[in-house]
Amino acid sequence: MPHIHDEKAKELEEKALRVRELIIDMLTEAKSGHSAGPLGMADIFVALYFHILHHDPQNPDWEDRDRLILSNGHICPVRYATMALAGYFPIEELKTLRKFGTRLQGHPERLRLPGVETTSGPLGSGLGQAAGLAYAARMDNKNWRTYCLMSDAEQAVGVLYEAMLFAGRNKLNNLTGIIDRNNIQIDGFTENIMPLEPLRAKYEACNWHVIEVGGHNIEQFVNAIEEAKAIYEKPTVIIAHTIPGRGVSFMEKKFEWHGISPKPTEADAALKELRTLGGKIISEHE
Amino acid sequence: MPLNLNAKLVPTVSDLKSLDQKPTRDGYGQGLVIAGKENTGLVVLCCDLTESTRSLMFKKEFPDRFIQLGVSEQSMVTIAAGLALAGKVPWVSSYAMFCPGRAWEQVRTNVALNETNVKIAGAHAGVSVGPDGATHQAIEDLAIMRCIPKMTVLAPCDMIETKKAVIAASRLTGPVYVRFTREKSPIFTTEETPFIIGKATTFWDGKDVAILACGPLVHNAILAAQELEKKKISARVINIHTIKPLDEEIIIKAAEDCGAIITVEEHQVNGGLGSAISELLAENHPTPVERVGVRDRFGESGEPSELIEAFGMGVSHIVEVTLRVMTRKKI
Repeated sequence: MPHIHDEKAKELEEKALRVRELIIDMLTEAKSGHSAGPLGMADIFVALYFHILHHDPQNPDWEDRDRLILSNGHICPVRYATMALAGYFPIEELKTLRKFGTRLQGHPERLRLPGVETTSGPLGSGLGQAAGLAYAARMDNKNWRTYCLMSDAEQAVGVLYEAMLFAGRNKLNNLTGIIDRNNIQIDGFTENIMPLEPLRAKYEACNWHVIEVGGHNIEQFVNAIEEAKAIYEKPTVIIAHTIPGRGVSFMEKKFEWHGISPKPTEADAALKELRTLGGKIISEHE
Repeated sequence: MPLNLNAKLVPTVSDLKSLDQKPTRDGYGQGLVIAGKENTGLVVLCCDLTESTRSLMFKKEFPDRFIQLGVSEQSMVTIAAGLALAGKVPWVSSYAMFCPGRAWEQVRTNVALNETNVKIAGAHAGVSVGPDGATHQAIEDLAIMRCIPKMTVLAPCDMIETKKAVIAASRLTGPVYVRFTREKSPIFTTEETPFIIGKATTFWDGKDVAILACGPLVHNAILAAQELEKKKISARVINIHTIKPLDEEIIIKAAEDCGAIITVEEHQVNGGLGSAISELLAENHPTPVERVGVRDRFGESGEPSELIEAFGMGVSHIVEVTLRVMTRKKI
């Protein structure tokens, strides 16, 4: 499903807005969790689940589905919200996030929630698992693709570098990495904590094809995914430049919002802003 | 002669000179080839130690199903988890010190918590690694694997049993850790010796004291039992090849019948077989226990046999500890 038209872009942007509202709702109810990352990745998740991935919410174990590995498990609220909206489970269940007995664990667990491809949280481990999946698909001549979502800060983890080497050496062209380049981590801005740049050059040095996009431009992102499919000799990584906390002005670009949830009054303000933003999206397309 | 005939051991088991000697790691290579023929989904990963871990035997037979990682033990485990998520049965091979040692978190999260069907082969376990010294002698691996939920932990006693362990682990659905050793050791079991994961076997019958051992030191335990016979002490020797899940029945029965237990392992006495058995008996049938193994120190360079003696795991040490535990028996 290649390029998207204005009508489709508008539909996806509206869905992303709905996902952001659900994120605020569920985090407020949970009273803990991560805010900035999930809000920043809403557009990409919606593009994946509602346009890019071959998947079936009614049959999450469908053998030929595309695999979406979420390496930075802590942004799972955006995955849960998007999955609920896509029909994997009732939206109502989002209110159970992080509560005892829930399928929506604080960090996602494969065995608890169908459709979560792997258990994740400890950073850096997703890319290797995605590479293993892609390697197996190639061994078995399967056409499904593997996507691996990563944070930017986890690019510092050693095990991730090992997987970068492996995927590049084995020319895993059925593997696409997506990095949420939002420049924040728990303790501050990435370039102050442990500089990651030049990120592009690091992947290129390991035999990866690199594409940089605006992470809130769904059309650009979809085009990058299509470009990756056409690269034959290498895996591709898409560095998506995003704004952490996107859509809620008092959270945007604030590393302080990496690992906390909004209080009820903050949630009200956030939802009000998101609704105003909704009006803007609609008018832009009209 | 108290040799348990049902165990179908080599009849001359107590005559060390009569026995062939080969390292248990050879059994890993042999087992992989057999299991690989049985299951076309079986793949083997290795971190630049292909010859040494004996995964080379599989590579020669199935080059397309062998994956070279380079020195990357942590990603080897994550990649294996991914392969397993796609239905493969991956074996990851390295020295136990590096995997699971270095890759413990990946094993815990991506294999055990995630319940992926990954098999972990830890070569060069124990001080009998020899001249390479402490950095390469894994004597904590049983402890760090035994504490992980859903993990099966195996420590086979000779080359033939290692081969069986690898075949059985490949058939089992779920994470398994198998440790093996570098140095050649006596081959004293046979193809007919029973091997079922979780089911220990009595190798030597006895009633005064029970010696519960794992790995190649099981043979030392048998030699010790023979020495004890000369002192009119009847020692039972049980091969505990499965550290987890423990064969609780056979261990509790040994405690009931004999009233004194010693454990023997080429591992820290803290956290491994000795701990597992002490915990089981403390909760179910409190019995005097003494543990033979490495006592809270690191290994060092030396010849394997020299190190086994220096670290107190030789036949004479087992005899000595057995006599000591017997003085603690409740009459």
